[in-house]
Amino acid sequence: ADSGDDDVELPTIRHQPEGLEQLLAQTKFTKTELQSLYRGFKNECPSGLVDEETFILIYSRFFPQGDASSYAHFLFDAFDADRNGALCFQDFAVGLSVLLRGTEQQKLKWTFDLYDVNKDGYITKEVTLGDTGGLAGWEHPDRDLPAPCVPQDMLEIMKSIYAMMGRCTEPALGASAPAQHVELFFQKMDRNGDGVVTFEEFLATCQE
Amino acid sequence: MAAGVAAWLPFARAAAIGWMPVANCPMPLAPTEKNKRQDELIILNVSGRRFQTWRTTLERYPDTLLGSTEKEFFFNEDTKEYFFDRDPEVFRCILNFYRTGKLHYPRYECISAYDEELAFYGILPEIIGDCCYEEYKDRKRENAERLMDDNDSENNQEGSMPSLSFRQTMWRAFENPHTSTLALVFYYVTGFFIAVSVITNVVETVPCGTVPGNKELPCGERYAVAFFCLDTACVMIFTVEYLLRLFAAPSRYRFIRSVMSIIDVVAIMPYYIGLVMTNNEDVSGAFVTLRVFRVFRIFKFSRHSQGLRILGYTLKSCASELGFLLFSLTMAIIIFATVMFYAEKGSSASKFTSIPASFWYTIVTMTTLGYGDMVPKTIAGKIFGSICSLSGVLVIALPVPVIVSNFSRIYHQNQRADKRRAQKKARLARIRVAKTGSSNAYLHSKRNGLLNEALELTGSTEEEQHMTKGASLIESQHHHLLHCLEKTTGLSYLVDDPLLSVRTSTIKNHEFIDEQLFEQNCMESSMQNYPSSRSPSLSSHHGLTTSCCSRRNKKSTHLPNSSVPATRLRSMQELSTIHIQCSEPSLTTSRSSLNMKSDDGLRPNCKAAQITTAIISIPTPPALTPEGESRPAPGSPGHATNIPSATTPNIVKVSAL
Repeated sequence: ADSGDDDVELPTIRHQPEGLEQLLAQTKFTKTELQSLYRGFKNECPSGLVDEETFILIYSRFFPQGDASSYAHFLFDAFDADRNGALCFQDFAVGLSVLLRGTEQQKLKWTFDLYDVNKDGYITKEVTLGDTGGLAGWEHPDRDLPAPCVPQDMLEIMKSIYAMMGRCTEPALGASAPAQHVELFFQKMDRNGDGVVTFEEFLATCQE
Repeated sequence: MAAGVAAWLPFARAAAIGWMPVANCPMPLAPTEKNKRQDELIILNVSGRRFQTWRTTLERYPDTLLGSTEKEFFFNEDTKEYFFDRDPEVFRCILNFYRTGKLHYPRYECISAYDEELAFYGILPEIIGDCCYEEYKDRKRENAERLMDDNDSENNQEGSMPSLSFRQTMWRAFENPHTSTLALVFYYVTGFFIAVSVITNVVETVPCGTVPGNKELPCGERYAVAFFCLDTACVMIFTVEYLLRLFAAPSRYRFIRSVMSIIDVVAIMPYYIGLVMTNNEDVSGAFVTLRVFRVFRIFKFSRHSQGLRILGYTLKSCASELGFLLFSLTMAIIIFATVMFYAEKGSSASKFTSIPASFWYTIVTMTTLGYGDMVPKTIAGKIFGSICSLSGVLVIALPVPVIVSNFSRIYHQNQRADKRRAQKKARLARIRVAKTGSSNAYLHSKRNGLLNEALELTGSTEEEQHMTKGASLIESQHHHLLHCLEKTTGLSYLVDDPLLSVRTSTIKNHEFIDEQLFEQNCMESSMQNYPSSRSPSLSSHHGLTTSCCSRRNKKSTHLPNSSVPATRLRSMQELSTIHIQCSEPSLTTSRSSLNMKSDDGLRPNCKAAQITTAIISIPTPPALTPEGESRPAPGSPGHATNIPSATTPNIVKVSAL
């Protein structure tokens, strides 16, 4: 960790969450639950903010064998609703509220947002030639893709998930496993076969 | 997992929802949280100081005392809090560990006290945070050294070690001259001869007087014979000493490899080599060189001087600093020598003929000696020469403080060790007094107890109360324990104080007689009488004015552990009754009754009958008491009840204690 930056940033920035009542209104937690959540959060991050590096560090401790940094990065983006580069307690609590207490639709929306890496409303799977071998028949050169270098939402996510497993897996991980998994996913989800998955398609498939 | 991570775990699990839509296989069921309690505050009362924390804080580390169900043992129902009778200061650190995940070691705390507390709460010291780990390890090491020191000095000073072989005594005499006068004499004699040898080496070379021929001779050649005799004598003493040490050493191989032994060998070798070699011209040069090694005899003094040993040890421990010093000096010397050589190359008749020749100038200058036999003449040479002397001061000054501080540390350690040894004598004396005090107390209580018995039987109750001193509960229980042990083994405690043991044996009550002597008698008799369990060899024991239970004792020595509870119970009861009989002069009757009731020799402690202060009064069921003598039996219980022991028939179990 580049402690130089941390020394400059975190001690000067301190964040206090909004009042308990406001959080109660925004989330579905009870007062005691919020209290104990905050206690744990504040214990870990006395300054009240979690920056991405710390977040990745914390999350990686749960997956010692693999590399959880990329998935943690996506998670961070998903939680950081107001896009300010740091998670405050409110983000944390709201996100958790959705995940633990939300309706199924809310949870799926959250998951969809997680997958939608570039936040454009579609889960794309861009295929560039020579990149993901073995996906013949799925080439869509320039359908809905705004630019050739749009990040491949699903592939990235999948690769990051597989990365968390690490190298010592049974059966051994092939390089094309994520891509194959992506293909399966799209086969299931992409109803109209246009190469992207919209939220409605996603919702429909998952609720079946 | 660390505390902090545990706090994020629910979050990570929630985030796992993100995997669900892409999962190939169905997800496993989540573990149910049994009796998920609402988080509650628990109160930890440590010696009166109340700490409060959330239950989940403590449960972060489930393999410690506070985090597991082990703390339930300390739960106090009345006050609804957990009470620990421990040090509250250290508990502060321990609780902080649960809160922050980092264990700190406070510097003001004693290391062994801290370790004990950690062990009590089930926390491994390895998790001490980096900030305090260094300090902790240092203190722990010092403590370990101190313990080792104590053990060593204990071993060294155990004068009464029995059955040391001759070899071992000799080795101990060599290592520690204070063990016996002979060792001391040996120590001083060798020291003297080392001094003599070194002085002769020195004086040998002094010129003393001239010989006709105008040649000044050194003393060595003038009085060659005398010096040779002196040398021979010294070498013989050293050789004998070396051989003796070699013989006495517990591990000869290790001794040969040790530094002192090598010095010994090097000190005496030149003489023998000189004997062997002829006066050949070729080898005489080498022979002369060998004589130089004789000066190593001076190192033998290190056995006699602790300061020398410390110095040697310091140098050894500062080896890396010394090495660094040497290396940096060498670098500087080479650099400056080269520079000076080239600077002085131009000047005529310069002494700096080559770079190696310049080494001498550089060394002399850097160590600020400045002999002046080589001086630069050119301006450039003078400039570089001054830079050289300035840098020399710096380079040498750097590693020296490290070496000095090391020496100081080791020296102080040694001083402390010596101080401890001196104090230890006083401490041991005090400890011994305390020990004899407690065993005196035990014998006193035995005596008092028995006197109580006697008094009670004679019917005087007032004196009985007078005699029962208010022995504390713990003391009385302790004495009971010691007594049970005595009975089990058939031996008895004797105090060092001869006066005391004599006193106990003169007590009228014959049970108290010197039980060891008694036991010896029993052993002898038992040898003869064992096969016949009930044969009345009473007559042989009649002469013994000792305890009535001699017969029983016979058997007990052979079958110490074979007591079956039932028979034991019965015998205990018998014994309590027998006791009453014993105190009456009619020995014969008791013995016979004894015989009639005797079981198959499974009689553990007949001596138990002698003391019933502790052994309780079992409300003896009439069926078992012989000849109606049970009546007096409750009498003794009446007395014994002032000692709070279990009065149930389950007395046989030692748990009655």
